[in-house]
Order: sequence, then C-alpha cells, then structure tokens
Amino acid sequence: MTLVLKGVSKVVGSQTHIYPTDLELEKGTMNVLLGPTLSGKTSLMRLMAGLDVPSTGKVFWDGKDVTGQRVQDRKVAMVYQQFINYPSMSVFDNIASPLLLMGKSRSEIDAAVRDTAELMQLTPMLDRKPLELSGGQQQRCALARALVKNAGLVLLDEPLANLDYKLREELRTEIPKIFERSGSVFVYATTEPEEALLLGGNTATLWQGRITQFGRTPDVYRRPVNATTARVFSDPPMNFLTVSKDGPEMSFSGGQSVPTPEGLLGQPNGTYTAGFRPNHLELNPNVGGAMAFKTTLRVTEITGSETFVHLDHQGQRWVGLVHGVQSLTPGQPLEVFLNPAHVYIFGQDGNLVSAAPYSEAA
Amino acid sequence: MAKITLDNLAHSYLPYPSSEDDFALKELNHDWMDGEAYALLGASGCGKSTLLNIISGLLHPSQGRILFDDKDVTNAPTAARNIAQVFQFPVVYDTMTVRDNLAFPLRNRSASPEYIASRVNQIAEMIGLEDVLNRKARGLTADAKQKISLGRGMVREDVNALLFDEPLTVIDPHMKWELRTQLKSLHHEFGHTMIYVTHDQAEALTFADKVVVMYDGRVVQIGTPQELFERPAHTFVGYFIGSPGMNLFDAEIDGTTARIAGATVHLDGGYAPGNGKIKIGVRPEFVKLTVEKTGVPATIKRVEDVGRHKIIRLDVDGHEVSAIAGEDDAISEGAQHITFDSGGINVYVDDWRIAPEGKAT
Repeated sequence: MTLVLKGVSKVVGSQTHIYPTDLELEKGTMNVLLGPTLSGKTSLMRLMAGLDVPSTGKVFWDGKDVTGQRVQDRKVAMVYQQFINYPSMSVFDNIASPLLLMGKSRSEIDAAVRDTAELMQLTPMLDRKPLELSGGQQQRCALARALVKNAGLVLLDEPLANLDYKLREELRTEIPKIFERSGSVFVYATTEPEEALLLGGNTATLWQGRITQFGRTPDVYRRPVNATTARVFSDPPMNFLTVSKDGPEMSFSGGQSVPTPEGLLGQPNGTYTAGFRPNHLELNPNVGGAMAFKTTLRVTEITGSETFVHLDHQGQRWVGLVHGVQSLTPGQPLEVFLNPAHVYIFGQDGNLVSAAPYSEAA
Repeated sequence: MAKITLDNLAHSYLPYPSSEDDFALKELNHDWMDGEAYALLGASGCGKSTLLNIISGLLHPSQGRILFDDKDVTNAPTAARNIAQVFQFPVVYDTMTVRDNLAFPLRNRSASPEYIASRVNQIAEMIGLEDVLNRKARGLTADAKQKISLGRGMVREDVNALLFDEPLTVIDPHMKWELRTQLKSLHHEFGHTMIYVTHDQAEALTFADKVVVMYDGRVVQIGTPQELFERPAHTFVGYFIGSPGMNLFDAEIDGTTARIAGATVHLDGGYAPGNGKIKIGVRPEFVKLTVEKTGVPATIKRVEDVGRHKIIRLDVDGHEVSAIAGEDDAISEGAQHITFDSGGINVYVDDWRIAPEGKAT
C-alpha cells in the first residue's frame, strides 16, 4: 500500500493553503509532518484523507486514483488533537464502534477491542464511560478507536498535544511499536522537533504551505537542505550569524577567521549565513581551534542537569544549551565557543551551501 | 508582593471525607516566599489545580488556613486577595485595542492616565507588543493574544502574587522560548511572587527558582531544579523529572555496596536502610555502557537517535533501563555491561530517598 500525492494543492479563496506538492509514503512507514501552527499540516492531512478535494493534482492509493473519492469509501482513520469519544457509551463500545459499522462478528470485535485496549493500557477501564476517565485515558480511548479498524492510512493530527508530558513521553515510544505491528501508512503531525526525532521514521518539514524537505528523520535533522528546514527542525531555535567568504578564508562577524569549508570553496566570495544548533555552543574553549564570540548574557534557565543560556550577539538572539548547572549573572558579558565542524553555511537564497562537517561523518 | 502561607491546609471534594484517600489535596504546610518564582509540577489529577484555586480563592479549603503576609485570607473572596491570574487560553477583549487590554486592570483601579500610559508602554516593550499597541486584539494570532494575557497579568505592580495556570500550553514551541524568557526577565525586573502551574517538566525547571512536585494530592519535594535532578526525594520525582526518567533497580544493601541483578555496585557512602522495599535510582545520564566485563550485565535492545543525544534502551534482568550517550558517541554492539557514576546513585526505601549515614542530605 502506498499513498502518492502528485501536484496536490489547495487554494481557498485568495489564500493558498498548500502549494503543489509531490509526496510518496510507503506502507509500513511512520511519516512525521513537522511544522509550526498554520504551516499546512492539517490541510495536507485532510487532502490525504479525502476530507477535502485538492484544487489541483491527484491522490493515488495503491496506484489507484482516489482523488474524488469520499472519505467514507477509503480505509482511513484520523485522530485529532481534541479527542472525540461517544460520552454515553462505555470505553469498550467506543473502541468497538468502527468495527460494528464494518459489520464484524461479535467474537472478532471482542478480540480486536481487547487487543487494542491492552496495547493502549485501557483494559481496566473498558466498562467505564469516557467522562469517568482522566484526560490522558480519554485520548488513548480515541486513539484505540482509530487503531482498531486496521485502516491502511492512519492520520494523527497532534494527537498528544493535550496530554501530560510524561504520558506523551510514554505514548511516543509506544506509537512506533503500534505502527510497526499494523503495517499501515502512518502520518503524524506535530509542531515539536523532539517529537519527530523520538518517533523516528521519515519527516517532512512544512513551512507556509510547502514541504521544504522529506527524508529519514535523522537525515533531515542533520542535513537540512535549507535554512527554513533547519529552523523548523530545531528547538531551541537554530542560531544564525553572518559570515563572509574570501577565497580560502571565511570570517565570522565578531569571531575569528577559519579555513573556508570544502562545500563553500567553489562558491563566489561574499556574505553567507552560518547556522548552528544551541547544544553545540560551548562555554569552555574546545580542543581543536574553537571560535570565540563575545556576547551578553540575557537570562539563564536551569533544567537540573543542563543550562540554557540566552545571549545577545551583536543584536541577534542566540540560545546555548550547555552541560551542568551554570551560575551566571544576567547582563554580564560572556565569551562562548563554537567548533567550526558544527556550522552549516546557507546562501543568500537560504539554500544549504555547506553542511556542518560533523554531520557528514555521522 | 506578599509571602503566602499554607497552614495545615487540606481539601476534599467530598462532604464527609473519612480517610486520607478522600482528600484531593492532603495536609500541607508551606511558605511561598515573597518575590520568588515557583513552579507547581505534577501529572493531571495530582491536586495542583486544587491548590492553585485555593490560593486564588476560587475554592474554599475543607481544612486549614491561607495567609498573605500573615493575614488570614481563608474566607476572603478572589477579588479581595489582590492577585493576578493568567490561564491556559488567552482571555482578551477582542473589540479593544491591545493598549486598552493592557490598561484595563489599571483603569479598573483608577490609576492616573500618565501612570497608565507609561506602565503600558513599559510592559508592551518587555513582551514585544509595542508594534501592535493600537491594533484591535481581534485578528491577532493565538501567541499574540496570550502575550496580551501575560502582559495584563503583569501590568499591576501592587498585586500580592501572580498565578499562572499552564499559560504556554497553546503556544508554538518556538514562541514558548521567547515568552518564557520574557517571563523570566520580568521576574528579575519586578520581583513578583509567582506561582506557575504546569505538567511540563521543562517549563517548570527552566522557569522556577523552586519547583514544588505534587503526586497523588501530596507535595513530595520542594527544591531547586538541581536538587530535583540530583537528589530526587521520592521515586516519583525521579520518574517525573528527566526524560527519560530515573532508572530504578531492586537492590540489597550492605553498608557501602549494593547488589543489583547479581552484580555488586559501590555506593558513595554507607547506608543502613532498615526494613522496607529497597531500590536504587540512577538517572540515564549517569549510566555508562562498557565493553569491560565489569558492572551490571545488560543487553542493548535499541538505540534512539534524538538529535543532540542518543537514548540507549537496555534490558537488565528483565527490566527496561535507559542510558544517555552523546550525539557523537559510538555505541559498541559488544557492550554487555553498564556502570554507574557513584555520585549519581540514590537509595530509596519504600519509595522515599534515604541519605547516607553521617550526611544530612
């Protein structure tokens, strides 16, 4: 089973929600749609499900054109951020409801419901009503209802956004296991880079109605093709600064000069944008010719084992994530260090010119 | 600003509570110090909203008193308590301009127009709303609207306390950073007593000077982020703080050594655990995988690449154990043992941490 989008777009009035998009999702894969609110995740999912008809392009399921087909006639399950259950029915009947509609036998239904309930840790609650459950349990009930019918395409739209942090953490490790067993095409929308990384599989980064990159999740994370992808796939945000390339030398604004990285050598001299992730910023000069930057400390946040340092570098905001608990005074100058191996170089158009050398080795 | 004292406070939603289990909030004595930033952290249903509602006066406790600067306010209504609150969803007046929204609490208390103008400008600048001050709130993004709510919560300097009930839940991750940093700067600037309720450990730890961890209606630990990370007082704190949470191992203890899964582990001090169920807790950050034949036998089940580090999931004696390795660390498939940083080991008896002998903590 494969889901293929060919030139699919969605225009509503004068607004383009989705620009023409090509995407191919294989059976048995977890596919994350990662992007901020209003980047087009839900619009794209509605097009995949058949809830909306695309303005242009076609949707194929297993090679068959299903573009105009109603959602009821497709094997699709969808779960939303705001979970929906039938309040007057027991948890068992809620989970069983899609199977009843499909006309399954009683014994089949019973086995499937109990199996799914076990997976979602709902077995002790099967006889209760949804409103007697905690928020997390209610959401798991809705998830179970989506999973039980074994749909070929399962669309999860920020399904964990309303859950407690710890429950989210547990379900995030559960969901890939569930999907592995199902063999369906899973599509999972989230605003959180960390969630994409924890889910693994493939990730499509979205920005203003366009897919900016699609590939294996760790590859998209480590080898973003442009600054937009890098920005979408970085939390805390990626830090940026201007560099200028002059032959074999590249100099950083407010920092030293370093040898021009290989990917940039063949490019014309001029200014480029360098980007690096917060966890690669160091407070101690690294071995191996780390670059030093003079910044001003705005605020620190301590997580218990690590410290976020919020910095001002020549009017630009930077964030660093450093090991240990650092007691630093806000408002003070702070020298920070960066290894050139962790620096990505983007061109004026935002496209990647030179990947961070460390990511090539990974 | 005020010190807030909880004296013998407890609450049950039942009319005639008969046992401790009937209490949504179990007996609690605590001082929220003047000018500190606290986070109230726990899973849903742990009692944190109950506690917040008692402090704000939305709920009358079934037992005990609440004092603001030693003055009993237990029976005072919310309006008389002089507190500002910010909720999960933005509460703004759509038809008013951003400026009028921010000025609203000050106008209600008949502040002078000059003061209102300068104070509103100051707040708007701090939360980055100066460009939209004259726009109607209608049509602004959810982020901007929640900024207005935050700004309105901060605009009065004379409040006894600022209460936040999961204020960043609806905000995009990128914007969360900005707003949280701004809240933190505002706290440095104005020194309000702040209580911030959240189920998100990252938010709680990064925001607060002190984090109050609640579990099952009870406060299980009050400490700095570092204390909660290094010395969790209860196994729940170990589990709830940190991602993944602390690993727990059934153990037998003899003085300065522990036996886990047939292996001997050295402890940082001597312990006399007495009776009860003994466990040792080690955070994934303090678990190291080794190719040496020493330590606790472990089998690698899978390695999760989560970007800035790797999470190694291991099987130890039938239990899942997690270890954290660096982004660039190579993970040897031949590794069959784990070792612990002895400074990262805590000992628990019936889920409560015990200190080594001769040490207070």
